[in-house]
Amino acid sequence: MRAQATEPRPPARPGPMVDRPTVLVALEGVSVELDERLILDRVDLAVHAGEIVTVIGPNGAGKTTLVKVALSLLAPTRGRVTVRPGLRVGYSPQQLAIDRAMPIDVRGFLGLGGPRGPAELGAVLEEVGLAGVERRPMRALSGGELRRVLLARALLRRPELLALDEPLSGVDVAGQLELYELIATVRRRRGCAVLLVSHDLHLVMAATDRVVCLDRHVCCSGTPEAVARDAAFLHLFGDRLARVVALYQHHHACRHDPPPGRDP
Amino acid sequence: MIEGFLLRALLAGVGIALLAGPLGAFVVWRRLAIFGEALAHSALLGVVLAYLLELDPTLGLVLFAVLLATALWALEEQQLLPTDTILSTLSHGALAAGLVILSLVDWLRIDLLAYLFGDILAVSRLDLWILAALLGLVALTLAKYWRGLVSLTIEPDLARVEGVPVRRLRLLLDLLIAAAIAVGMKLVGLVLVVSLLVVPAAAARPWSRTPHGMAWRAAALGALAATGGLLASVLLDLPSGPAIVLVAVLVFAASTLAHQLRTAHRRGGSARPGLADPHLRR
Repeated sequence: MRAQATEPRPPARPGPMVDRPTVLVALEGVSVELDERLILDRVDLAVHAGEIVTVIGPNGAGKTTLVKVALSLLAPTRGRVTVRPGLRVGYSPQQLAIDRAMPIDVRGFLGLGGPRGPAELGAVLEEVGLAGVERRPMRALSGGELRRVLLARALLRRPELLALDEPLSGVDVAGQLELYELIATVRRRRGCAVLLVSHDLHLVMAATDRVVCLDRHVCCSGTPEAVARDAAFLHLFGDRLARVVALYQHHHACRHDPPPGRDP
Repeated sequence: MIEGFLLRALLAGVGIALLAGPLGAFVVWRRLAIFGEALAHSALLGVVLAYLLELDPTLGLVLFAVLLATALWALEEQQLLPTDTILSTLSHGALAAGLVILSLVDWLRIDLLAYLFGDILAVSRLDLWILAALLGLVALTLAKYWRGLVSLTIEPDLARVEGVPVRRLRLLLDLLIAAAIAVGMKLVGLVLVVSLLVVPAAAARPWSRTPHGMAWRAAALGALAATGGLLASVLLDLPSGPAIVLVAVLVFAASTLAHQLRTAHRRGGSARPGLADPHLRR
């Protein structure tokens, strides 16, 4: 678990306790049952303007379901979802499987979210570090490039809330660090809130304000540091976590340039 | 000399091709070929019912297909069974019911072969009017909702978050496909009708870089196949439905082959089947 907060935090970001920032999305006592199986059990979660909330949990913990409920893609079986009226959401789904028979390039894909001029497309692609790929077919993109294009499409909506479901899937470790860096930069520059879901327990973005540890119910939540120490978290991921952290440290030792947000 | 029935047949053929091209692209993208087959196979029941109710058979077909597509759409919303199982059960049930009623009601004289394999020379004026109305409806729908339709085809959740009314648009698209199948049956029969949707879109794929490029190429190639097939059927005295489908498949073969050759040529002469489109490689 990489949980320290060494990256300078944006001064403009409203502290959750200080000036009672706007709640963008709030889930209260949300339960979801599918096929008589309990996917989510009385989950409370609020995302405030400008904050980064990272939801972690093992496979089958209901993370994707949680995002879908928060985005009103799925109605909860019980509980209440409140979305601030008129909220602009940018969404990057967990998977994007474009059929072989669908001919579409990056420009066309980005244009599906709404009519955009070439200058706007060029600017957003540059922002996600993919300048000049407008004419590239979507199916020719690598895993990391695809994640960046999905992020670009979400950003084109000028979102107040960015919902990213497993934004690192299909990306190698070096690419994962770069993507986290990118997401942190985007938040700093645009001031949007980020709801990020990850099954990756050992790599939580340093810029995260709040970690929510999910295993159908909310095991624990708090600052990254607090969650890492929490007994419930250790119970849930205990041994595996120790192994994975060791692996991660090993990898880190091999790198010449330390990943951002990490003590030298 | 162009006789009236031949002109009507030609108009119907080209009209249906223009309809089936863009809709067929969606059938291919969304892998709905089996949905089309199911609708087509159950359509015989629609024809029989239309005769019993003394409706125009084409109108009966369209109504029945639209009804069935709505039922399928509703079933898919809450399913325990896989879609193809539901489709197969419904469509063969309807086909069997159609055949049983046909044999029971002995005053009913329906040219079964015409519905199985099509009878383009029996295209009536009313058929053409129905086709024209449908063409207008499809053109309007596609012009107005093109972006949303492509978006929901690629990733429905993303489309919904971006404000596309996914469920309603999907139903609309399913209904238009159902109606296109119903009028297409007049041309080539219920056995072959789905090929009108699938084959031109497949032929258009290798040459297309955008969704709308594929849609209009499919319409153009379909119109070519319909015209060529009708001419062949008149000149060589072939059954019109199978002739049209055969020409469409030949167009598909030529398109695929030409694209493979061009790709191989660009690579410096080494033909590598499987990797024909450089953009499709991961």
